[in-house]
Amino acid sequence: MSLMTINLKVWRQKNAETPGKFEDYKLDGVSEHMSFLEMLDVLNENLIKEGKDPVEFDYDCREGICGSCNMVINGRAHGPKHKTAACQLHMRTYNDGDTIVIEPPRAAAFPIIKDLVVDRSAFDRIIEAGGYISVKTGAAPEANLIPVPQDTSNEAFDYATCIGCGGCVAACPNSSAALFTGAKIAHLNSLPQGQPERDKRTVAMVDQMAKEGFGDCSNYAECEAVCPVGISISSIAAMRRDYIKAIF
Amino acid sequence: MKLDPKIPSGPLAEKWTKHRNDIHLLSPNNKRKHKVIVVGTGLAGASAAASLSELGYSVEVFSILDSPRRAHSIAAQGGINAAKNYQNDGDSVWRLFYDTIKGGDYRSREANVYRLAEVSNYIIDQAVAQGVPFGREYGGLLDNRSFGGAQVSRTFYSRGQTGQQLLLGAYQAMMKEVHSGRVKMYNRHEMLDLVLVDGKARGIITRDLVKGTVHRFEADAVILCTGGYGNVFYLSTNAKNSNATAAWRCHKRGAAFANPCFVQIHPTCIPVSGDYQSKLTLMSESLRNDGRVWVPRNKDEKRHPNDIPEEDRYYYLEEKYPSFGNLVPRDVASRSAKMVCDEGLGVGDTGLAVYLDFRDAIKRDSKEVIEAKYGNLFDMYQNITDDNPYEMPMRIFPAVHYTMGGLWVDYNLMSNIPGLFVAGEANFSDHGANRLGASALMQGLSDGYFIVPYTVGNYIADVDLPKVSTEHEAFAEAEDSSKKIMDKLLAVKGNKTVIEFHRELGKIMWDKVGISRSKEGLESAIKEIRALRDEFWENVNVPGDANYYNKYLEFAYRVADYFELAELMAIDALDRGESCGCHLRDEYQTEEGEALRNDKEYAFVSAYEFLGVNGKLETKLHKEQLEFEFVELKQRSYK
Ligand SMILES: Cc1cc2nc3c(=O)[nH]c(=O)nc-3n(C[C@H](O)[C@H](O)[C@H](O)COP(=O)(O)OP(=O)(O)OC[C@H]3O[C@@H](n4cnc5c(N)ncnc54)[C@H](O)[C@@H]3O)c2cc1C
Ligand code: SF4
Ligand code: FES
Repeated sequence: MSLMTINLKVWRQKNAETPGKFEDYKLDGVSEHMSFLEMLDVLNENLIKEGKDPVEFDYDCREGICGSCNMVINGRAHGPKHKTAACQLHMRTYNDGDTIVIEPPRAAAFPIIKDLVVDRSAFDRIIEAGGYISVKTGAAPEANLIPVPQDTSNEAFDYATCIGCGGCVAACPNSSAALFTGAKIAHLNSLPQGQPERDKRTVAMVDQMAKEGFGDCSNYAECEAVCPVGISISSIAAMRRDYIKAIF
Repeated sequence: MKLDPKIPSGPLAEKWTKHRNDIHLLSPNNKRKHKVIVVGTGLAGASAAASLSELGYSVEVFSILDSPRRAHSIAAQGGINAAKNYQNDGDSVWRLFYDTIKGGDYRSREANVYRLAEVSNYIIDQAVAQGVPFGREYGGLLDNRSFGGAQVSRTFYSRGQTGQQLLLGAYQAMMKEVHSGRVKMYNRHEMLDLVLVDGKARGIITRDLVKGTVHRFEADAVILCTGGYGNVFYLSTNAKNSNATAAWRCHKRGAAFANPCFVQIHPTCIPVSGDYQSKLTLMSESLRNDGRVWVPRNKDEKRHPNDIPEEDRYYYLEEKYPSFGNLVPRDVASRSAKMVCDEGLGVGDTGLAVYLDFRDAIKRDSKEVIEAKYGNLFDMYQNITDDNPYEMPMRIFPAVHYTMGGLWVDYNLMSNIPGLFVAGEANFSDHGANRLGASALMQGLSDGYFIVPYTVGNYIADVDLPKVSTEHEAFAEAEDSSKKIMDKLLAVKGNKTVIEFHRELGKIMWDKVGISRSKEGLESAIKEIRALRDEFWENVNVPGDANYYNKYLEFAYRVADYFELAELMAIDALDRGESCGCHLRDEYQTEEGEALRNDKEYAFVSAYEFLGVNGKLETKLHKEQLEFEFVELKQRSYK
């Protein structure tokens, strides 16, 4: 197993108020089996030993499901691999001597907290506006009383797998959250259970998205290209269709 | 310390109904005046917060992550059990109860487990109504799959993302209540201590992880839903931020810690590849439905697995357990994997792996069918290992996965501290010495949706709860003690990083308090933990400061708590002179290497009282005797 030397350019920023800048680091002994985040762990261990501040970055599951990680790697949200979150990226994707630029997802609606960590609570507020089916605990009918055709259920599932990482926002030239919002609307609006609140939900979520300062969608489709779970932009079309139906 | 499980009298199947009928209620107007704190937004926390808010309580919710949607529960893959009997294969509440209590090797309470089985069906109803997209049959009705430890198909699933879909359902239900104004969510806030006033849980101390500031919150009851402590081992399948700090600090305030040594090691994880490894990835147990587990029969086998003929393959689970085969419970599968590796039959670079082979399933059902069932898991495997599981067997090895132990609770899920409730993986309640697959999601949601909302209400209705102010000296003392721990850690300025210490602690735990345990091993583990803990406090290097976002400081205080909890786990494992479920003591095995339970002396829940840490952990063992009125204790057999 060969070990690599990797040159890193990492965005360092103390907090939202202080301007940030790139710092260069050279990291030796990188194994191809390391995950990208493990490579950053090693960098941090070195920094701590040198008495320097480690790089802050968000992560939890490290298996592509929680949506915590969302750094922009060489200009691309989550890095070069298709349908792969940053935490699932492995160093075997890179070669000895490569330079990797790492920065936070940049969007007005995602203020920087420190280094690569941003505040994505705008996403929670979009869900809060209507991303649910209002059913109280205990009030649900027997599960098989609501048959759902297998295709419909599969389609709803595909939209429901959004991990809320914000990669789509980082990739969009307009910093639009249309893919994230569309995915939730398409998930719930496609199911029979979601029909009663369909219009209300769609309008509330779309309006909240604008309020949070996300840009409009101009069909660049950059979001779909970087989405680690492959949410389709057909969700955005569904959201638009339902929005228009709802307001007229 | 008094530990009264408060199990209602009467026939098993009527206990919960009767108890609910007896519960005291609060009028809707009154509920609004009562504040409940929920710590954690996994399945247990999010479902509890949503349900309590719907009932009318004011709820304050805390999570260390940046969004409630990201809790560790999100990663659960395989599924959730319920006794719907949709497959008409003879399932029932009784059977789910029986499998769960038997699976737990008779170290849990009958009444709690029965209630779990009883409410399981409502969880499925609730989730479907919320729009959780479970797998369905062509006719549009719900589908099921099989899981280890059961002979019926009762597991509901959303492809390989069941935890994600159930958690998003609960999260959305909670966000609906945030919208209503009754739930207030505090993200990136870590609970550091529990505040007791007049012996009751009346609030918590938190740290705003972004600003580094420390805060006080008061309430009428606190519900701890902070998950398990598998990360004591450093490497586990748990999310990186899963930790034991909230539970451990409640323990230090007087809450009993139950069965700390019961740790589940999951048989099907991707093996360790190097020192830098930061976590282990689980391959869902559902893979054992179609994959066959084997190792080469010969120690010095050098051939590629695909070139090894049938007669040289040792399908050890199928041979040893013909009736359950590859679907034996997790503890049995993990132990067997370790045994064959100890015999030198393990595969891969490290010899610490066994094969999980889909060759025959693909031949039987076609690649498409297998792909439809497990596609995302296969992709995940290939992404991590760079091997193609459609073409060669997966390599798997056991890894720490789930902790059955946790804070002691009574039937109401209340700890021995009045007003402190504990739900989900954080309590010890339902899984005994071993948890069956697909039953943690069931337990988390059953606790949160259907149990705690009633029992918390009963407590608030019953008990006199005078207003407390966060100016009360108990708050000041708790705040101060939390700050002191951080200051002390930052002042050490030693030479070894937190991760280095954690990794070393994890190695002691894995080697000596892991899959199999012995008296000598445990005794030496206790010594080593103490020595390493002393070194930690003299030589840890925590970077930066406490007054801004500083993840390594968070890790440092969590690891400091692991150092104490680890010792308790070893003490408990040493005390339990039997093998049961996941707890295998080398000294107590049958001739065939099966766990040898000792019901006469050990049919109890061990519950520890914290007395102090002074070079060593001072602790007092209390025993809650388990009474079995309805099931007969049998030696488990999966042969
Ligand atoms: C990879 C994997 C797969 C699994 N698959 C299955 C499966 O298929 N079926 C099944 O039944 N079970 C499965 N499990 C087990 C199951 O997922 C967990 O046991 C369950 O989700 C735990 O839920 P919880 O709500 O108790 O805690 P968690 O989901 O762990 O949530 C803990 C919460 O507490 C918060 N928290 C922790 N400490 C603090 C603190 N000090 N202050 C504030 N907040 C805090 C966290 O932020 C989080 O919100 C799996 C587990 C893993 C690791
Ligand atoms: S749509 Fe894709 S990229 Fe956007 S938040 Fe969801 S998972 Fe992330
Ligand atoms: S850390 Fe969870 S998705 Fe990357």
